[in-house]
Amino acid sequence: MEYAIHTEKLGRVYKLRHAKKEDPQELTALQDVNLQVKPGELFGLLGPNGAGKTTLIKILTTLLGPTSGVARVTGLDVTQEAQNVRARINMVSGGESSGYGLLTVRENLWMFSQFYGLPSKAANQRIAELLKIVGLEDRKNTKSSDLSTGLRQKMNIVRGFMTDPDVLFLDEPTLGLDVGASRDVRSFIRQWVDANPTRTLLLTTHYMVEADELCDRVAIINKGRVLACDTPANLKRGLQQDAIFKMMLSPLNGLNVTQLEALAGVKKVTHIPQDGAAELDLILESDEALGGLVTLLTSNDIHIRNLEKREPTLEDVFVDLVGHSMQEVEVRE
Amino acid sequence: MANLKSLFPDRATFARSFRMAAWLGWQIESNWTDPFLFAIYSIIKPLSGAAILVVMYSIVSGGNFESPIFPYIYLGNAFYMYVGQVMTGISWAIIDDREHYKTLKYMYMAPIHMPTYLMGRGVARFIVASISVLITILFGVAFLHIQIDLAAVNWGLFFLSLAIGVVMLAMMGLILAGVTLMLANHVWFIGDATAGALYLFSGAIFPLDVLPAFLRPIGFIMPITYWLELLRRSLVGSVAQAFPTLAGFSNAQLLYILIGLTVAFGVLSAVVFHWCEFRARERGMLDMVTNY
Repeated sequence: MEYAIHTEKLGRVYKLRHAKKEDPQELTALQDVNLQVKPGELFGLLGPNGAGKTTLIKILTTLLGPTSGVARVTGLDVTQEAQNVRARINMVSGGESSGYGLLTVRENLWMFSQFYGLPSKAANQRIAELLKIVGLEDRKNTKSSDLSTGLRQKMNIVRGFMTDPDVLFLDEPTLGLDVGASRDVRSFIRQWVDANPTRTLLLTTHYMVEADELCDRVAIINKGRVLACDTPANLKRGLQQDAIFKMMLSPLNGLNVTQLEALAGVKKVTHIPQDGAAELDLILESDEALGGLVTLLTSNDIHIRNLEKREPTLEDVFVDLVGHSMQEVEVRE
Repeated sequence: MANLKSLFPDRATFARSFRMAAWLGWQIESNWTDPFLFAIYSIIKPLSGAAILVVMYSIVSGGNFESPIFPYIYLGNAFYMYVGQVMTGISWAIIDDREHYKTLKYMYMAPIHMPTYLMGRGVARFIVASISVLITILFGVAFLHIQIDLAAVNWGLFFLSLAIGVVMLAMMGLILAGVTLMLANHVWFIGDATAGALYLFSGAIFPLDVLPAFLRPIGFIMPITYWLELLRRSLVGSVAQAFPTLAGFSNAQLLYILIGLTVAFGVLSAVVFHWCEFRARERGMLDMVTNY
């Protein structure tokens, strides 16, 4: 079977600048990444900032060379056949304000369509349709320098979809968008993939809900390694024998996560300090483990304000795999 | 084979890369202000540059505008504007796209031929430079006694030399663009620094004989030297030939040297740009934004 995206033992090591010659420093951004994405899939790469998601996308979009392994997009080697790969892909990066500010929205988009060899009339028609979908129709004659970051992001989303690529890479596409715009974009992403079974979309995000809602399959990546890869449902199913609780408490009074995790039946505890309170996300082997935990808390004069048992989320899967929440990983890094 | 295809894609890829880059370049060059201000700027800028040179010459020569050195300097300086605009302009496109517009990665990801794209971006600079050169020469003829006898001008040699020279400058611009891709800090100055350095070694404002003997070979291997000499000879033949540096060469010989060096720089630019592009990709510098 020809995969839309296929990587084998893909690795990328950066040589750090300003490192001393006698002590060359390296940063491993990707290590032995094996991925197979089928045509028609909406595939998610989920991980904290610095996990290697953008590095992987850069390699797949021919912007960066790997230091080891092989990467193929639509069956073509991204290193050896970069020019052919480029004709079949496109990419949108979130949270940036790229674009020629001197050109209007329509001119920016038309120009890129011409670089991709689209017939001008068809390109204009496609641009008009997409601008309508993202709600930018009334700003088509506005210079892109006069757009807000969010609106520029929408323009770039149109640029990515406009060429109708075989494989589209979206790197944090909703970063910088407001809630409503993010929802619209997510809805459009799903529609776009579903409209044609040959279209493939690789989405990177650190929003768990986004990955859960959109993706057919998700790879969880941390420190350059793929830790798990499956459908969101299957990933969460792996935790279903566990009992997952969310607990709101008064401040922990010096009690720490290690002490809580040392209790029998407690698998993982994530502490999210809040103003005058504490939130604990708990993964327990069973409901019975809750008893010991409550005893420890109350004996330390900690008051339980709210306790909620909930279904596992991708965040829980991440915590289970990495040992920390995504937020904690980002803070530590 | 795959790599060869990326070096020499199909004709349609070349055509759209060049056409759209030229369009984009013109939009950028002409749209930064309103048309009236743009027209004024296009006139004032070259005249200001020429005025500085004329004042300096006047002081140094005691106001001797009849000397053949004056048209030598004036025309050399006028045509040197192409160097700044075309050569530097092509490499500037890398900085502009990567740092300012943050679009270089999207250009690289598009199915275009990057060297052709960069050449296309130079077209607008060529047009702007041509206007500047024309205004400067007309000003010189009208007010500074630069004597150009239109009937005596060797138009064939002029346009042929000009065309080859622009291609040559584009090739040199491509080398500079490759180097720019590889650099992060200080990259803003590289174009101007190169153009400034070549100004001294190309016979633009003084014959190469004025240089110390050990520095002259630099001028002799620079195609710009022969290009400027051919342009001067085609416009004011006798005046230009009065200077000894290249007096031993006929127009045809100079033309062959220019063509030879242009081909050599063409090959060199293809190799250097391809290598720099490869290295920049390996190092992850294609989409690097330094905000330096």
